Order: sequence, then C-alpha cells, then structure tokens
Amino acid sequence: MITLKEALSKTPQEISEIRDQIMATAKANDLNAYIGFETADDGIPILMKDNIQVKDWSVTSGSKILQGYIAPYNATVVEKMQEKGFVPFGRANMDEFAMGSTTESSYYGITKNPHDTSRVPGGSSGGSAAAVAAGLAIAALGSDTGGSVRQPAAYCGVVGFKPTYGRVSRYGLAAYASSLDQIGTITQTVEDAAILYDAIKGHDPKDSTSAEFEIEDIANNLDIDRTLTIAVIDNYISEADDDIQKAYAFAVEKLKEAGHTIIHKEMTNTKYDIATYYIVATAEAATNLARFDGIRYGRQAENVKNLQELYFKSRSEGFGEEVKRRILLGNFVLSSGYYDAYYLKAQKVRHLIQDEFNVIFDEADMILSPVAPSVAPKIGTSSDPLEMYKSDMYTIAINLAGLPALSLPIMKNDDGMPIGLQLIGKAFNDKVVFDAAASLERAVKYKSN
Amino acid sequence: MFETVIGLEVHVQLNTETKIFCSCPTSFAAEQNSNTCPTCLALPGALPVLNLEAVKKAMNFGYAVKAEVNKRSIFNRKSYFYPDSPMAYQISQFDIPIVGKGALTIDFDDGSSKEIGITRAHLEADAGKNIHDGNISKVDLNRSGTPLLEIVSNPDMRSADEAVRYLKKLHSIVRYLDISDANMQEGSFRCDVNISIRPKGQEEFGTRVEIKNINSFKFVSAAIAYEVQRQTEAYEDGVYKQEVYQETRLWDVAKNITKSMRSKEDSADYRYFPDPDLRPVLTTDDMMREAQHIPELPDEKVARYIDELGIKRYDALVITAYKELSCYFEETISHGVAPKIAVTWITSELLGRLNKAGLSIENSPVDSATLGDLLVRVSDDTISGKGAKEALDYMFENKDRDIDVIIEKLDLVQMSDDGTILAIIDEILASNKDKVEEYRAGKEKLFGFFVGQTMKASRGSANPSKVNMLLKQRLS
Repeated sequence: MITLKEALSKTPQEISEIRDQIMATAKANDLNAYIGFETADDGIPILMKDNIQVKDWSVTSGSKILQGYIAPYNATVVEKMQEKGFVPFGRANMDEFAMGSTTESSYYGITKNPHDTSRVPGGSSGGSAAAVAAGLAIAALGSDTGGSVRQPAAYCGVVGFKPTYGRVSRYGLAAYASSLDQIGTITQTVEDAAILYDAIKGHDPKDSTSAEFEIEDIANNLDIDRTLTIAVIDNYISEADDDIQKAYAFAVEKLKEAGHTIIHKEMTNTKYDIATYYIVATAEAATNLARFDGIRYGRQAENVKNLQELYFKSRSEGFGEEVKRRILLGNFVLSSGYYDAYYLKAQKVRHLIQDEFNVIFDEADMILSPVAPSVAPKIGTSSDPLEMYKSDMYTIAINLAGLPALSLPIMKNDDGMPIGLQLIGKAFNDKVVFDAAASLERAVKYKSN
Repeated sequence: MFETVIGLEVHVQLNTETKIFCSCPTSFAAEQNSNTCPTCLALPGALPVLNLEAVKKAMNFGYAVKAEVNKRSIFNRKSYFYPDSPMAYQISQFDIPIVGKGALTIDFDDGSSKEIGITRAHLEADAGKNIHDGNISKVDLNRSGTPLLEIVSNPDMRSADEAVRYLKKLHSIVRYLDISDANMQEGSFRCDVNISIRPKGQEEFGTRVEIKNINSFKFVSAAIAYEVQRQTEAYEDGVYKQEVYQETRLWDVAKNITKSMRSKEDSADYRYFPDPDLRPVLTTDDMMREAQHIPELPDEKVARYIDELGIKRYDALVITAYKELSCYFEETISHGVAPKIAVTWITSELLGRLNKAGLSIENSPVDSATLGDLLVRVSDDTISGKGAKEALDYMFENKDRDIDVIIEKLDLVQMSDDGTILAIIDEILASNKDKVEEYRAGKEKLFGFFVGQTMKASRGSANPSKVNMLLKQRLS
C-alpha cells in the first residue's frame, strides 16, 4: 500500500484508481476490519473508526443500540481533513463504544490480526489498525481513551499517535470518557502520522475542552536529527513479557546510538493508574451513554408496556456485556455515599499521576515505555475483564495526564508478532514526540513483512 | 400555636437569544423540534459550549440582590432518565453555583418591611416537553437547553402573604433587569414551595414538604394555605409523623388540594459530578463590569418617588411593582403632568379600565403620551376631570388618538370664562328668588342646588371650581 505521503503526490485520477482498488481488496478480505464501505467525496481515502460522525453515514460505535442511526452532521475532524483533500472512506470495526482492548466486543463480530488471524488486533481501534497493517487502508483515524489507538497499532505493527488532550476536537466523536478521549491517527509511518495529525489538529469552538493556541505544522518541520533526553522507567519494564523487554532493550540501544541521552527513572505502581482510570472513565461513560435510551434515535425495543420498560429493554438489548459492566461501575462510583471514596479520590490520584509525569519531564524530554505487557493475545483469551483491564497498564496513565504519545513498531518476536513501544511527551509538545519517533523509526528499521 | 416556615425555589428562564449550551434560538413557539441541533438533541458526539450571555444575566441578578458572585463556578451532570431530558442528565450547577448568598426586601402595607435571604442562584439547562396524545407520547425538544436561573431562598418566610410578596418582588427585579420575560403562565417563571410548620418558639424546623411547579401567585397562596392546614391538623391529631414526611407534592388546580407526587425514599440519586465537557466558568473583569450595570430597581424607585416626586409610599409601591407600569408612569410625567395627578389617573382610572377590559399596561389602548396629553388638558382647565374620563372611555372604544379632535368631537371643552358663567348664574338666581332668600336666611345646603342648576344649564361644560367661586361671590 502506498503511504499517505506518496498519495499526496498522486493525480486525482490515480487516487481514484487506488480508492477503487482499496474498496475491492477490502471487500474481498475476511479480517472484518471494515464494517461499512461508505464513501464521501473524492480525495485521499482515510478509514474512519465507527465512532467518528460522518454526515449521512450510519455511525454506530460498534453497537447494536445505534443500529439504524444515520449521523446528520460531520465531526470537526472530518471537516478539517476534507479541507486538506482527505476524505472519509469506510467504517472500521471497534470495541463497542470503544470499551475494550481486543475488538472482540463489537456488535459486528471480532476483527482478526493480519499477522496471525488467531489473534486479536487489539482495541478498541482494532479495525483501523488491522486495516492499515493489512494494506486495506492508506491511513485511518481511531480514538484513544486509555490506549485504544496505541495498543492496536502496537499489536498490528503500525504507527499509532494519541495527541495531547485538547489538540484535536472531540466534536463528533461519540463520547466514551470525555476527559480522556482523543482522536488519534493510525498510519504506516511516523511521517504519515504527522501529515494526518496536521490535517485534523487545531482549536475548535464547538469543543470547550479544545486548546486555544495554534501550533505549527509538524510534517514539514520534522527534526529527525535532534538529540533528546529520554527517560526509561525501570520498574515498569520488569512487568512486561520477555520479548517485550527484549524489544525495549533493543530500542534503548538504538536510541543511544542515535545520540540520545538515556536516563533511568521509577514511577509508582501502575495499579493506581488502572484503579483511577476505571473509576474516572466509567463515571463519565455511565453518563455519556445515558442518552442511548431508545427514545429519539437508534434501536428501540419493541412490545413494551410503559416508559420504564422501554428504557430497560432498549438498553438491556442494545448494549453488550462490557458496556453494561462499565455503566454499572460508573453509576456505582458516582452514587451518593460512594462518591467521595471513589470518584473524588480518583480525581486526587489523577492529579498525583500528572505530578509524577511532570517531575520526570523536569529532566527528560520524552519517556520510552512499552505499550502492552505482551504481544497480541489469542482470540477468546481475554474473557476475564480484570485481566483485560490490566493489559492497559502502560497506556492509561498517558490519558489520565493528557499527554501526547506515539506507538511505534520496533521488532517482531519469534512468532512473527509485532512489538510496539511508545514515546510519551510533555503536554502540548506533540512535535517533539514526532521528532523522537522519526529518529527511533529510522534507527530500528522495522519491516512489516 | 404554630409557625409556618417557607422557602422558595424559583426557576427563571433567561431571555438570551440562544440556548445555554448551543446556538439554537430560544423561541420555542416554533414548529415542534425545529429549534434543535445535535447538541440539544443529544446526538452521539455533540458537545455543549456555554453561552456567556446566560452567565452575564445570572451575574447581573447576583449583583442586583447584592449577592456574592463566584469568580469560578462549576457545571455538573445531574443524572435522571426522562424523555424530555435528551442526555438523560441535566447540566446544572451543584456545589459551586455562579451566585452565592444575597437578599431582597419585601414591603408590607403597614409600612414595615422584611429582608429575605437568598441562599444561592445557579444556572442550568431547561428540559424539553412531553406531549401526551391518547396512548402516544411525543417529545418536543425546542425548550431543551433554554437557560434557567434557579433562585433558592432561605427558609425566611412565615406566611403565604410573605411568600407571595417575595415572589412578586423577585418577579419585578428580574423584569427590571430584563433578564427574563418571567411569564408564569408560559412557564418562564416557575415556583416550587418548601413548607413546614413548627410550634411557636421551637428552634428546630419541622418536616419539609415540597410543592412543585405552581404557576400563579394565587395558587402559591392557596397551596400554602392548604398545606399549613393539612400539616397543622396532622399535628393536632397526633399523626404528624405518619402524615407529614419529606416528599414532593403537586398543587391540584381542580380540587384545590396538594397531593403526593413522590416521597423521599423513592427520590432519585442524581449522581452529580463535574461535567467533563465543560471547563469551570471563570468570570472575566469585562463580564463583571458589564453585569454590574444595574438599572434603577423597585426599592430605589420607591424611595425616589416618595422623596422627589412627593408620592405616597403605598402608591409608589403599586406603581413600581411592575416595570411596565413604572415606565408608563415616568413617561406620562415626562409629558408635563404633575406626578400626583399622574398616579391618581393611572392607578384608578386607567388600571380600572384595563382590568375591566382584561388588558395589561403593556397593551393599554391608551399610551402614556396620549394620557399625558389628556391630563395636560385637565391641568390647563381646557376640560374637566369628568370630561377626561369620557375621553378615556371613548379611546377604549375607538381608534383615533388626537386629543384635541376628541375633545371637540365629544364637546368636552370646559366653560371657564367668568363672564359666561356669571351670565348663567345670574339667570339661575333670578328664576329662583325664593331659594336665594332661604339661602341667605341660613339654609346653606341650598348651595349645592345652585351649583347643580348652573352645571345643568351649562350642559356640564362649566368649570366646577369656577362655578363654586363665582356663586359664592354672588350669594355673599
């Protein structure tokens, strides 16, 4: 598949042919990365996660409850990328309402990992990552609430970028957890990530949490030769599988060779990140998903006797198990008598996590970290929710702190499964993340095949 | 003996052009669901953006009741499921509202007054409307997202009379500030009453019952009276604990009773938490400067009317109770009418006719300029008071407003020329010589007879005070 960079130099005629070719290949493919083949205008096709609103498309967040819903408006990212000649093309499978790490909870069935179809592609943006990795898309958009762009990118051997919170408008992204959600890119290269991010970033008056100051374009200003101070978190790495640790050591060597300075740091146990995340995210999600009541749009339960039954049946039938679990958890932590012990405490811990990052960033420009403790697991092995939540241990703190991070493929393990690592930057220093990632990308020479 | 304790929660719809969290128009008279957008329909992915005009109006109210206006306030999500609440949570303020403690003064007819504390006032989004049509229910979301200011009083009121005076004062303040249409029938000024009783002298409050959504001052009064009686009887019958418990009741307009809506036990846990879609509201210096522009409010007007215009306190209170009325009054006197005369004519003659016609001062068929013209003709003796009343009656029935034309048409010009009046008087006296004798002999009440005859002979056009004066001269 051509890169986004290459696509930019193609004629409209050539792009049109590539689009037709992608459509044909994607339709014939059985990874189940695509759940819809809608197209908008002519332009360079970008695959859309099924929670990003595209006008006149069926956009369902991978859920049964939104069957039949047609979005009447475009997300801000869609408007912005169209100005740059990028157009929405097809819908990517995802965990229902972006709640999951495997893309197994989609109403549309599981998506397979192109590197080993017995394994998951990761999640929740599993369709986006699998499609880019399998040559079924030039590039894709995903959303990252606790690692949902970076982790599937790592599992599928592609580049996943989560911007600083507030850099990309959330207007038109079906909300999972409002204070954590950020639309991100899934691409073949770091440069492509910068190109696509440049197209979608920027202040949006329709999103009150959008950052107000503008930033320079990154793709044209990548500084691949700059040397940086990069922190490694020693106590984090020991919790990962051996092959991840091996890839980590390899990357550290390569960064040193490239002239970067490595410093060693420790951080508090990731168990606090997980606890905090699953309180904050579920509290927000419980309210964000309350609007799916079967009254105004989407799927409405039939044969109901009264209003209460309409609510109960529409929501019981429309939501999957994981979504229900998180709604219940979220309502629990917000309920009177428990609010202080859970939600309020989680907010305090969230501040401590942010402070801890700030302390490291006093000395380091960047943190290098695993994305997941293992390579992509086998399909069907993540049935224990708590085990699955633990697999988010390396990614969720970044969302809690609102930081930019890029997941980059480093090498493959003995089974041929890709291993990705992430570079984490200071808030609003997204550009530095790209500089470091371009340098690491050049140094590790990852080959997808 | 018992004491009644009342606190009020008033929901005031703010008259901003657009809704509080989106740019839809706030006029919900439009076709159902036409003033809606992804945000107020709660479509996936839509986000709220705070309308700063609503914040400024709330701050304006805060300053008007001398309240603390918080420089930083927070919007929360208040969760409950109902079809008219599209997000299934209301965006409202909870622990940190925009307006903190303030107060307003209520005035009594005997000249005394009392201060009622305001606990807080917070901003929130209004819900839509459910419309029930047979066994089908529909939802209209035009109103969804209209800004509301919920104004909560302290439990400082001790009677229905005080509660109504507080409501009227609050109503008048928001109208003077022009932050709300405050129309009770249309629901832009809605009131919930919290009420309890306690034996006189007891410190501790009794059990509070909430009566929701009462849409007129009259019903507020009636609902309080009913509830006081219900609670008092329960107390006297020894069943207070069984019959009076924390609950929400509704005023049944048809039966004139309050009835239970839901009790505390099945009241919702709203699960408030800060809305992550909205940042804390930070009021800027510019907003504060703008919001501190307070027009002359009723209390100040009353003082000014008494001190500068020489009007009685009672009249000043009547005139200032409605913004439109005080506007009308001030316009009338700006036409050169003496304030006291304007007060009398407006409060008795004009309001009387408006009441009878079922009209209010805003749609008075006689505007202040016309009334001003008319009263100037009375002051300069062109027409009599009686003539002016006739002219008023005429204008309530007819469209033409040229006062001089009307005076001529109705033949209202007053006879004020001494010579003409004296000629009539002399004729009357000449033809009633016997009565003149009787009068001069001491039967003074015959004076009225002479006045009457003179007026009659002038076909009512003679200036009565002149007639009096000249008759006295002739008979002395």
